[in-house]
Amino acid sequence: MAEVALRNVVKRYDDVVAVSSINLDIPNQEFVVLVGPSGCGKSTTLRMIAGLEDITDGEISIGGEVVNDLPPKDRDIAMVFQNYALYPHMTVAENMSFGLKLRKFPKEEIKRRVDNAARILDITELLARRPKQLSGGQRQRVAMGRAIVRNPKVFLFDEPLSNLDAKLRVQMRTEIKRVHQQVKTTTVYVTHDQVEAMTLADRVVVMNGGRIEQIGTPNDLYHHPKTRFVAGFIGSPAMNFIPAKLETNGSGLKIRLSDKLSFQVPERRAARYRPHAGKDLLFGLRPEHITETRGSENSVGQEFPVTLDVVEPMGMETMVFFTIDGTEVCGRVEPTAAKGSGETMQLRANLDHMHLIDPATSAVL
Amino acid sequence: MTAVTVNSAPARPLAGRASLKRGRRWALYTSYFFLILFAIFFLTPPYYMVITSLKSDAEVAHMATNPWFIFNGITLDQFRLLFTTTDFPIFFKNTVIVTVCVVCITMVVSVLAAFSLSRMRFFGSTVLATGIFLTYLIPDTLLFIPMFQIVKSIGLLNSYWGMVLVYPTLTVPFCTWIMIGYFQSIPKELDEAALIDGAGHIQMLLKIFIPVALPGIIAAMIFAFTVSWAAFVYPMAFLYSADQQVLTVGTVTSLIKADVYKWGMLMAGALVAAAPPLVIYAFLMDYYIAGLTAGATKG
Repeated sequence: MAEVALRNVVKRYDDVVAVSSINLDIPNQEFVVLVGPSGCGKSTTLRMIAGLEDITDGEISIGGEVVNDLPPKDRDIAMVFQNYALYPHMTVAENMSFGLKLRKFPKEEIKRRVDNAARILDITELLARRPKQLSGGQRQRVAMGRAIVRNPKVFLFDEPLSNLDAKLRVQMRTEIKRVHQQVKTTTVYVTHDQVEAMTLADRVVVMNGGRIEQIGTPNDLYHHPKTRFVAGFIGSPAMNFIPAKLETNGSGLKIRLSDKLSFQVPERRAARYRPHAGKDLLFGLRPEHITETRGSENSVGQEFPVTLDVVEPMGMETMVFFTIDGTEVCGRVEPTAAKGSGETMQLRANLDHMHLIDPATSAVL
Repeated sequence: MTAVTVNSAPARPLAGRASLKRGRRWALYTSYFFLILFAIFFLTPPYYMVITSLKSDAEVAHMATNPWFIFNGITLDQFRLLFTTTDFPIFFKNTVIVTVCVVCITMVVSVLAAFSLSRMRFFGSTVLATGIFLTYLIPDTLLFIPMFQIVKSIGLLNSYWGMVLVYPTLTVPFCTWIMIGYFQSIPKELDEAALIDGAGHIQMLLKIFIPVALPGIIAAMIFAFTVSWAAFVYPMAFLYSADQQVLTVGTVTSLIKADVYKWGMLMAGALVAAAPPLVIYAFLMDYYIAGLTAGATKG
């Protein structure tokens, strides 16, 4: 187990910059998830840590040792791939023990480690099978087993759940978290799925366009995004963004969304936003902060009427879609409170969770 | 009215199913017709070889009888004479030595070449891969004069070891090409996993690539075997004494003297010569098809 540090790491493919000068410190035993859209550089970053890609500039260290020029086998890392990468001609036990055999471990030690990993992952009865005789979930377990037996300094996961169906993905997510809690190895996990990132990570690193947008705990990122990209990427359904103007209203502030609709900015946020009064900004509010009025009399919020365009019942909640001055907005209401499409409904916006974004810099104010 | 509706509804799928069945039956009849036609076409020469090799010289020479059947009883004399009175056993031994050596050389060279061309990125690797295939397109009839000079200059003229040197020029390019296609179809993550597990390039080749690409390797091996076993032009040009001769040329030159054809022994010799490839194909046909298909589509 060890800490991982990236210092001004750059990766360029000819003229294309895949990763531009990122800095990241991952303490011992931490579970860090790199998340972002396709092409944001998260997999490249992971592969650079693994040693599968050379770095163009900067420094990567594992356990305090700079590993820039070390081949993958000497970095003491283990990696789980998206398509499992199990050796098809070997049994599960042979797959798991391959790395140990190459490192000339004694037979008894190999057997002990394989049995132990198989017990942790509940695959003891699969040890004699070949990969083609296993289901997707079982294969993923074997791939994790291959990583565990090595007892490496760092685990690297490259979108390991992307090939599984939705139900199995949730199961395996829990499994990965459980395994990490047991073995406590420093882990770097790459995914494009923000739900996976939020549920698994001690800290999430949001990447975009080869840069780190924000590093923080899942709650931090959710409640205190620093950029519009993070605000929009984290959370499902995504945060609503509505063009708005910040106006002074006596001693307070008002955020105007349309000619007919404006909200009073809560007092405790007014001081922060006052320097931006008179500017055109983006107003951000998550769907769960736009709710029905019924039963929320005691909660903070400002009511406004809308005409519903689309209603999506989800079982435990219903998503309602409407427009404010041409911008589509989503709210989340109780299933029994929802009205039908085309009907008018009174909704309540909880401005305590509002965000204002400067469109010029994309920074959350 | 109701009855009509109820009856007519399932009638359509039934009619459709019947027409589908009829269509399938006709497709089968047509397939069988052409399969039988081709089977007759291709099996006639081997049948004629078998029949002739089991006849006595007297029956073969007797023009009045129907040559497609045996009238005077089956005899194995032709095989006995072939092995006891001719140099056929020497030809067979030489061919086996040449073929085994050629297959071994071809596999070592083409597996290593294919592995490096498909997995190690280096300057000019793509051009080199295409170049290797292009060399296969040059017919051996164009090459045998310069080859003759080379083989002569190194003192291997009229020696079957010259064939061991020459045949790989025919087999290596194609086998490398097949293997490149096969290796490229192996997911990149497999070598990355092996690298992380601690394997070097040679371990990766021996422990991962060769076992995974076994069908492709067997296909390439069968190809090298067939080319080497059946080569005619080079031994015809480069070998002239009986003790160095191989099956293809040796059988023909020793059993045809001027206008005297020893048909019985010729057919027996051809049958014995064809047996090893037949046995190999029969056992490894599945691998051969799988290997060639993978090479063709993934390359």
